[in-house]
Amino acid sequence: MSNFLTSSIGKKLIMSLAGLFLVTFLLVHLGINLSLIIADSREPFNKAAHFMGTNVIVKALEFVLFGGFLLHMIYGVVLQLQNWFARPTRYKKENYSQTSFFSKFMIHTAVIITVFLVIHLFDFYLKAKFFGDVPLVVYDGKDYHDLGILVIEKFKLGWVVVFYIACFLLLAFHLLHGFQSAFQSLGINHKTYTPLIKAIGVIYTIAVTAGFIFIPVYVYFWM
Amino acid sequence: MDFTLKIWRQENAKAKGRFETYNITGISADCSFLEMLDILNQQLIDKIEKPICFDHDCREGICGACSLYINGHPHGPDTGVTTCQLHMRKFKDGDTIIIEPWRAKPFPVIKDLVVDRSAFDQIIEAGGFVSVNTGGVPDANAIPVPRVDAETAMDAAACIGCGACVATCKNASAMLFVAAKVSQFALLPQGKIEAKERAINMVAKMDELGFGNCTNTGACEAECPKNISISHIARLNREYLTANIS
Repeated sequence: MSNFLTSSIGKKLIMSLAGLFLVTFLLVHLGINLSLIIADSREPFNKAAHFMGTNVIVKALEFVLFGGFLLHMIYGVVLQLQNWFARPTRYKKENYSQTSFFSKFMIHTAVIITVFLVIHLFDFYLKAKFFGDVPLVVYDGKDYHDLGILVIEKFKLGWVVVFYIACFLLLAFHLLHGFQSAFQSLGINHKTYTPLIKAIGVIYTIAVTAGFIFIPVYVYFWM
Repeated sequence: MDFTLKIWRQENAKAKGRFETYNITGISADCSFLEMLDILNQQLIDKIEKPICFDHDCREGICGACSLYINGHPHGPDTGVTTCQLHMRKFKDGDTIIIEPWRAKPFPVIKDLVVDRSAFDQIIEAGGFVSVNTGGVPDANAIPVPRVDAETAMDAAACIGCGACVATCKNASAMLFVAAKVSQFALLPQGKIEAKERAINMVAKMDELGFGNCTNTGACEAECPKNISISHIARLNREYLTANIS
């Protein structure tokens, strides 16, 4: 089994499982984010953020989540380095084979998404957790971090909105290949189900990206 | 037809290679790519220059000996064929054609366009066979095989081990080759007996030799002269996974 985890196929298996886990996390995150613009007040969003920050089960899952991110990133970098080393001399005329466009740029989109993630963690997660300089708001006689106002302040800045949208478009590129690729790595390839998985991947990607992008646009123009 | 050829020349495995430009004129459109190189070589020999080394054998598209990375495609721009089955009519008169050897760490250049593909032999030696005692010819219907399995195994067995999958893969991964060799046996009752060791040993050898990791780009199946599908790679993934957990 130890050989399995260091083998090429084993590493891809870990990449795919971690990736699919992050795919489900994105859905949860989007759901909470949307509560900010769907409701009239910031209360549901702030309460959801509070729940995510204090609930015991969620806190335990947080370690799984960071683990998933770390595994996906570390294994991704290791795989990429090995892949570069596998072709020490490059071709003069680069590859013109028909492949999915996005599959060629997974490491590039990944690097930018990581940069986004670091900024994102400093802006919200770490601020709320450690720095404490988040305004407080009182609901039903209880103090809550007003993360909602932080989000709205951020999204009132044009360049933040542009950067945010650009990052999510790159995430969409990453997902367009990653979602269906994960199933292939797991050995799931079937005449009927593979086209279905690919379709679900495209629908998921468009829906999630559109959802995340809609929030800053709404905040910037209509809030 | 006239062509400008930019060809990789390398004296030996250790020498530093470079591209040389050759002009060739009066080539028939029905000339095969390798015949065009033969003509060029004859011209070089006549001028007392060293001919260009390239691999070839059957020239019928079934042996897997010919290689060549032509204008960004292994085996050239045509699909489903090897270089020997590529004809000059697939190019336009006056085209510049860049000819490179396969590029991968486990496929070192021996000379000019010839690379050492014995890494594939080492992978086969690690498990790409069925150990059976020789003897009388078994009865054809003694072991029933579902037709669909027989057909799929045959599709995988079409692999000629040319290395185009490695050459085209941006990661220089040998997964399509190994997948074809594993699939061909995994589907048949005769191969199932050793399926577990086969998957583990062949993948271990592939990794050890320094091939890259598969990122499911699908370039290999697009360039494979035998049109082998990446569904075999998924089967290899399953075989390897179940071999490790069972």
